[in-house]
Amino acid sequence: MTAALRFDPIRLPEKCEQLRKEVRAFLAEEIAAGTFDPYAPNREDNDAPEFSRRVGAKGWLGMTWPKKYGGQERSFLERYVVTEEMRVANAPTRRFFVADRQSGPVLLKYAPEHIKMDILPRICRGEVCFAIGMSEPNSGSDLFAAKTRATKTDGGYLINGTKIWTSSAHIADYMIAIFRTSPPTKENRRHGLTQFLVKMKQPGIQVNPIGQITGQFEFNEVVFTDYFVPDDHVLGEVDGAWKQATSELAYERSGPERFLETYYVLTELVRAVGKNPDTRSAEGIGRLVAQVHTMRRMSVSVAGMLQAGKEPVVEASIVKDIGTVWEQQLPHRVRDLAAFVEETATNRETLEKQLDFAIKTAPKLTIQGGTTEVLRGIIARGLGLR
Amino acid sequence: MAESENIVAETAEKIFADLADAQTINHDKQGAWKAPLWQALTEAGLPLSWVPDDLGGSGASLAEGFSVLNVAGRHAIAVPLAETMLAGWLLTQGKIASPEGEMTVLPASPKDRVTLNADGSLSGRARGVPFAKDAKHFAVLATGKDGISIALVDAAKCRIESSTGLGGDHSDTVTLDKVQPITTKPAPKGFDQTTLMLMGGVVRSLQIAGALEAMLDISVRYSNERVAFEKKISKFQAVQHNLARLAGESAAALAAATSAADTIANAKTLANDAVFLEAAAAKIRCSEAAEKGSGIAHQVHGAIGFTIEHILHRYSLRALAWRDDFGSESYWAVELGKLVAERGADELWPLVASR
Repeated sequence: MTAALRFDPIRLPEKCEQLRKEVRAFLAEEIAAGTFDPYAPNREDNDAPEFSRRVGAKGWLGMTWPKKYGGQERSFLERYVVTEEMRVANAPTRRFFVADRQSGPVLLKYAPEHIKMDILPRICRGEVCFAIGMSEPNSGSDLFAAKTRATKTDGGYLINGTKIWTSSAHIADYMIAIFRTSPPTKENRRHGLTQFLVKMKQPGIQVNPIGQITGQFEFNEVVFTDYFVPDDHVLGEVDGAWKQATSELAYERSGPERFLETYYVLTELVRAVGKNPDTRSAEGIGRLVAQVHTMRRMSVSVAGMLQAGKEPVVEASIVKDIGTVWEQQLPHRVRDLAAFVEETATNRETLEKQLDFAIKTAPKLTIQGGTTEVLRGIIARGLGLR
Repeated sequence: MAESENIVAETAEKIFADLADAQTINHDKQGAWKAPLWQALTEAGLPLSWVPDDLGGSGASLAEGFSVLNVAGRHAIAVPLAETMLAGWLLTQGKIASPEGEMTVLPASPKDRVTLNADGSLSGRARGVPFAKDAKHFAVLATGKDGISIALVDAAKCRIESSTGLGGDHSDTVTLDKVQPITTKPAPKGFDQTTLMLMGGVVRSLQIAGALEAMLDISVRYSNERVAFEKKISKFQAVQHNLARLAGESAAALAAATSAADTIANAKTLANDAVFLEAAAAKIRCSEAAEKGSGIAHQVHGAIGFTIEHILHRYSLRALAWRDDFGSESYWAVELGKLVAERGADELWPLVASR
């Protein structure tokens, strides 16, 4: 076999089910207290700082990290349960999601000890928000075309240039960004970029919000003008950021958020259709449920392989490719079926509002965090085609 | 995969590699390869994998048998191995000893029924029965006034209207007109035709997943050999992305099928919503993958893959044919949709998350 893809039937361990109950109970309390409306994924502002602190107090942020940094040393499968329950409930996770999934693990691996001791416990307490500074006006999928410069100066670097499409930059306390410290070499065009920890809300950084087609202001343009970053904020090897990116991507690509982003419309369709669906509705729902079940089984399988110390890079890319394509199609398939929902369905208006929002959200799902085209390139490489 | 599953699957793999090479089979119009292959499989105890020693089988675990079926799918095996395994499994549910030789099960569709008459004979018609023409015995699930029974029937006593399915294998109509079975036993409590269809569906899902793995493999290999516009076609991004999609479909089918097989292998009872979700979802998703995946495999191969001389059709047409057995994807989608609607909107996520 040229390509031995593996998706072992991994099950979440028993202890996850107790945790799942705790998360559901917590979310039910938050909903009852009016923190968020589970039926309204389209709320204006998904930022909920107090909720973030309460999630942190439960020990559900940085769950897998060492205890000395505020973590719980629990498994990735336990973290998986927390993530999927929050996602399905439409909980407002924006403030902590990036830090918990991505930025914390990068700091754990590359930051000096005193920075880890300073920031990681605050992530675990739900106090800090992170953004990721990758894309630039002329460098999106082609990460290695980044031009924003970090020029060496006394005790650190001066940053000049612009990042764009930076989610949450307007509320973030920190950004982990890549900047150009050297020009690329002839042999390696990926050479010359360095990963930095950037403190936001400082002079020299201007954040300009960018309106999205959903009506939300989620991403931003971030302009750096002679912004100073101290030496100890370099993460990893100077000029060597390209070596650091790959292994973390498996975590980023295969989580529940990669197929559950528009899941709420399916729940609402089932509610609208009622107990006795006609054949067309039943078939439509059945196919969608078969798909979400399969996606979840694939995603859990990758989580299990990661927990076991494997590096299922191709499998993770496959999960994101077909998961995001599916979550993008889901609102359109639900719309097809919603056309036949009785006028008398009590949640008709909720379903219509949700569909409106989900259909507007859909185009971004196959772009953010690695486009479909980039993912298929990675899969093709894994198959031995390039 | 546990070590014992590996050993059984490796045994099967070796037999298929030695005696069922796709190129050789494809050129052998007389089917001379069939008898030696069946003999080797029988000697290895594979057709009766799921029958315990005291009922005449080799007593392998469900998990071991499922792993054999995935391998059989990768080789698009055109002898009734899966059918005989399934028949042996069904007979074992009724504590009926399995005879030697090829078997198949009926009904093979959720819509067909066989009736157990008051005089102990069986009546009914079952369409699309795989390999009925090749089988010496049938394992039959029958409905009588006292409930569900399982029977062993001599194939020679039934009327068989021969036909072939998409994949070129026998898919026949079997008519039972007051046929006296060799043995009849009551089915265990809770075991009904849905149970048989779900199990059959998982068997087919594993075979489809295997065939898709093979299609991915030969498509990747072909794209690395075939030159057009002065380069290998694997270097064209359009081709790469098609193959990446094929990998995705193959992966989805494999994940859905092995998850369902794992569920059945570890279930205390097959009559619950979790088993239903897993098995129905596997058949639905694998069938959808068969359509999308075989389409891409053919596209990558171009005209050569459309020829009878090329081996691609052995996998692509069988994967498409297997969709129809034991309930098509649209049938199971309706049934799964009804189950989900009956449980209600707020019980959907708990069901999905329970797996």
